[in-house]
Amino acid sequence: MHAYLHLALALVLAPLIPGIVNRVKARVAGRAGKPVLQTYFDLAKLVRKGVVTSTTASWAIFAGPVASLAAVGCALLLVPGPATSAPVSFAGDFMFLAYLLGLSRLALILSALDTGSSFEGMGASREAVFSALAEPVLFLCFLSLAADGTGLSLDSLLAVSDAKPLGAAHLFVPAILFVLLLVENCRIPVDDPNTHLELTMIHEVMVLDHSGPDMAAVVYGASLKLWLFCALTVLSVMPRTGLSPVAAWGVFLAGMALAAVAVGLVESAMARLRLTRVPRLLGGAGALVALSLVLSVWR
Amino acid sequence: MELFGISLAFYALGAIAALCAGRGRLANALGAGAALAGSVVGLAAFAVAPASAVSQVVLPWGLPVGSLTLGLDPVSRLFLLPVSLLGAACAVCGAASLAGHDHDEAGHGGLGAHWCFFNLLLAGLSLVMAARDAVCFLVAWEIMSLAPFFLIGFHDDEVEVREAAWTYLVAAHLGAVCVLAFFAAFWAAAGTTGFDALAQAAADGRLAAPSALFLLALAGFGAKAGFFPLHVWLPEAHPAAPSHVSAMLSGAMISAGVYGLWRAVELLGPAPLWWGWTLCAVGLVSAAMGILQGLAQGNLKRLLAYSSVENMGLACLGLGLGLVGRGLDNPAVAVLGLAGAVFGVMNHAAFKGLLFLCAGEVLHAVGSVRIAHLGGLGKRMPVVGAAFFLASAGIAGLPPLAGFAAELLLALSLLAGLSLPGLLPRVAMAGALAVVAGVGGVALAAFAKAGGLSFLGAPRTPAAAKAPAPGPISRAGLLFLVAAVAAAAVFAPNLLGLAGPAALDFPGLDPAPARAVLAEAAGVLASVRAVGGVLVVLVVLLLVLRRRLVAANGARREPTWGCGYLAPTARMQYGPASFVEPAARVMGSAMGVTRRLDMDTGYFPARARFTVTAPDRLRLAFFTPLFEAVARACDAAKVVQHGRVHLYILYVLATVVLLLAWKL
Amino acid sequence: MELYHSVMVALLCVDLAFLAVTRLRSLTRLTAVQGALLALVPVLSAPAGDSGHMALLSLAVLAIKGVGFPWLLARTLTRLEVNPVVEPYLGFNLSLLAGVSGLLFSLWLETRLPFPPGLFPPLLFPTALTTIFTGLTLVIARRKALTQVIGYLAAENGIFLLGTPLSVQGSVWLELSVLLDVFVAVFVMGIAIHHINKTFESIDVGRFCTLRD
Repeated sequence: MHAYLHLALALVLAPLIPGIVNRVKARVAGRAGKPVLQTYFDLAKLVRKGVVTSTTASWAIFAGPVASLAAVGCALLLVPGPATSAPVSFAGDFMFLAYLLGLSRLALILSALDTGSSFEGMGASREAVFSALAEPVLFLCFLSLAADGTGLSLDSLLAVSDAKPLGAAHLFVPAILFVLLLVENCRIPVDDPNTHLELTMIHEVMVLDHSGPDMAAVVYGASLKLWLFCALTVLSVMPRTGLSPVAAWGVFLAGMALAAVAVGLVESAMARLRLTRVPRLLGGAGALVALSLVLSVWR
Repeated sequence: MELFGISLAFYALGAIAALCAGRGRLANALGAGAALAGSVVGLAAFAVAPASAVSQVVLPWGLPVGSLTLGLDPVSRLFLLPVSLLGAACAVCGAASLAGHDHDEAGHGGLGAHWCFFNLLLAGLSLVMAARDAVCFLVAWEIMSLAPFFLIGFHDDEVEVREAAWTYLVAAHLGAVCVLAFFAAFWAAAGTTGFDALAQAAADGRLAAPSALFLLALAGFGAKAGFFPLHVWLPEAHPAAPSHVSAMLSGAMISAGVYGLWRAVELLGPAPLWWGWTLCAVGLVSAAMGILQGLAQGNLKRLLAYSSVENMGLACLGLGLGLVGRGLDNPAVAVLGLAGAVFGVMNHAAFKGLLFLCAGEVLHAVGSVRIAHLGGLGKRMPVVGAAFFLASAGIAGLPPLAGFAAELLLALSLLAGLSLPGLLPRVAMAGALAVVAGVGGVALAAFAKAGGLSFLGAPRTPAAAKAPAPGPISRAGLLFLVAAVAAAAVFAPNLLGLAGPAALDFPGLDPAPARAVLAEAAGVLASVRAVGGVLVVLVVLLLVLRRRLVAANGARREPTWGCGYLAPTARMQYGPASFVEPAARVMGSAMGVTRRLDMDTGYFPARARFTVTAPDRLRLAFFTPLFEAVARACDAAKVVQHGRVHLYILYVLATVVLLLAWKL
Repeated sequence: MELYHSVMVALLCVDLAFLAVTRLRSLTRLTAVQGALLALVPVLSAPAGDSGHMALLSLAVLAIKGVGFPWLLARTLTRLEVNPVVEPYLGFNLSLLAGVSGLLFSLWLETRLPFPPGLFPPLLFPTALTTIFTGLTLVIARRKALTQVIGYLAAENGIFLLGTPLSVQGSVWLELSVLLDVFVAVFVMGIAIHHINKTFESIDVGRFCTLRD
């Protein structure tokens, strides 16, 4: 049962992460900011609202967000907790994770294209391409963790221990995972979640026509995905052996909060990159993680 | 074996009956019926036989060389499965789409000739997979290669169709020449033509230059499978052919290329390591270039054709991994790679067949498969739309469908390769997996484009707005394949149990550790299936929950948000060219995207045109000039062909004298 | 040893950064970082008894490569008043790919070359060779003359790195002569660029093509 603890916590706590990010951004900008629990309030409000769908749309507009949410939820089944292993774990499960996220992406893209809006088509095309470029980088991250041969499941990949210290070579992987967190969750510097200009958006512009429970599924799915990437980043730096379960959970949750704060600080300190620069960012990230892969294979 | 014979007999009878039945409705019914019957018997044969059974028969044979030796083993049986599966579905859908066809405007032979060649194609494919003798194989190969020429040229009143048919014929025969040379050289070394004898000759080291033979096989079978850079015929032939023929060609016939390469590698026996690495490299390049060019296409069927290049590339990668793993004594790499290759070919057949049949229904309903003419078809033809989305998700390798299982097997093989000795093999394996991941991501984008822009949104043309839903017969054909795809997803671990023996049969593999690896992989697939089940249940539950919530709180319909613009039209939607624009900025040169802007530079410019196309640059820059040069050379040689008979006799006399003088 | 290893990894990162940055100013800063990292190498690889000698060498390297050259380059950059953007012949992502392939190639080469065991500390040879490759890539794949000077400098730094295990046994003078050599070279280059810039109002080496007859 303990294996499901992380899943349960993620399902409950995930909407906190955007709350923390927004709070940090507000504080850095000198404002008081929305309550940390704002995403919960939003979700509660959206669920109780009626739904307005486009006259152009077919079934894909509501099936998309639902399938997307379900796929991210299933992906969370594969992520280990700080003191426990994942409910489902096998060699190569990181590929399953990546492809489940891919399924979630496809569902959302189709849902966006269903409205026939050019804004939403624009967001969908960007999302499709940037995620396709991010995919090899994510795989290289996992591969460089797998290269020293301790195991091929996420459980053993993310286990930092004395036998597998966080050497100079491995140090890049958490950093690149953090960059991927920003890319895959459409945060600054790749996408500005708060901008008012549709032409510059990626994720937010895809869901312009969603409302009510559909929008709730989108928002909740996005926060689950953010939680998932934060958890991967935190687990890739956090030593898991030698800690009592309670301490490990404490460190993990503190790490998650820290990751959220880091996202907020990045968003406060940086401007959005020009869209043509995003591939260069991913290329640089790919080169760094390839370096760490080569170095860990070379050992 | 008996059932296989019955299915062959059905095909042969169907070919004759269709030809005799003339040009009209009777031929349509007879030909399609025979193909369906033969395919159903073929499916029954697959279901009845145990997975690892091996059988062989020798039949009387009229030719002085070779023998009519037919056999079935796990590899043959697995590669026959797509033939039967697609044969059945394509016969049904083809019959439905040709039923309304006015036989006067059909090609010269009308429907009779069409169904005759369709049955011949099925018979040829079946014989190729079962032949156990080089001469028999070559005859079957030639039947299989020639029949599509007539099938592609069905609408031969159109120039593009005729050109496509000729392109196909040239490609098929250049490949066939290589295959012929391969077997001829083999025959010269072995002295006989049976596959067993050939393999024995190779094992005894009687081959003069096995590496040259390997390259011949790669070129010959690679041209059939459509490996980069020999893929140029695929994007021409598939859009030109009637859709049930494209489905058959893409799903089953190009798999014969992979099958042939598999057999060739088996026959050649012990392989130097570089063969395996070459296959891996060819596979990766084909996969990457295929899907990148596919993403750029604006024609639905061309996009699907390029995606076939990608899938065959992945199968080639699996075969290469088999050779590398065998050469380096790593059974895990070998057996998982081989199983991934077979599994991938099976999946590709089902998914791509379904996609082409859906494209055929779209063509039937709208009259065009250019994505810029489509849109909103999901509302008009929901079954076709849903089938297309299902197959798209499958071919992009997304869980919970079986396409993911194939990619996972390849990935597991590459991951096992991380423990190979030496720096370069390990980095190569990791790099290959990164490329496979990138290919998966681009495939997702390509099929999001294909499905999303064709079936969702608003119709871009009046024809698309009035598209009729397909008839019940076509729908049955599509639903049959949908059921097959769904069954494959549910029974993926069991399918591995079928693909496993094919991989285990590969010569030179140690079966005991390989079996253990396969058992472990089956366990992995079972876990994947469990999570996939959870996913499906979750989606259903969430949909029910949503329905409750909406019922409680009400739903309204409003026009799409237009950012304050009051008169949006369907043509303002994102189209195929705009959808790939962000990708073209990064990878435009590899994708072959070509932009052309015609605009006045004056102060009051008149009407401007902007076109984005994605021609095959390799074809334009290499193959077209090459064949033009060949044509020029041939034209120049025409001076000796002047029509004066007495000079022709002089040629004969001169040749005879020269030969006598040289030999005696 | 852990620190030594980290310095090598840091040098590799600097190599990749050389290929990734888009501003000339960042390139000169990277030169400074590379010089400072190089200055650490002699100290870290010094034998137990000879640390004073090596510390001296390190200080010299720091002064010349870590401070001197970058300062010179930065000053030239300020004076030239050129467009501060690096103009590539080869795109940035492809350059990065070339850099990683260079690293792979040097790792492979290390396994093929018959070195006496213990000559090179782990990772030194590949790092040095990659640095040389990076420098040359910078020379080949970038348009401006200043990037070419920086490329030569990076390549020379690679050669210096390759020489450190040898200079542990040999004399420091050899090293210093190499340093002086380059010092003069860079000085001349700097003047040359200055003149090119004055005469042709551009430091784009691509335009040299117009000079051919």
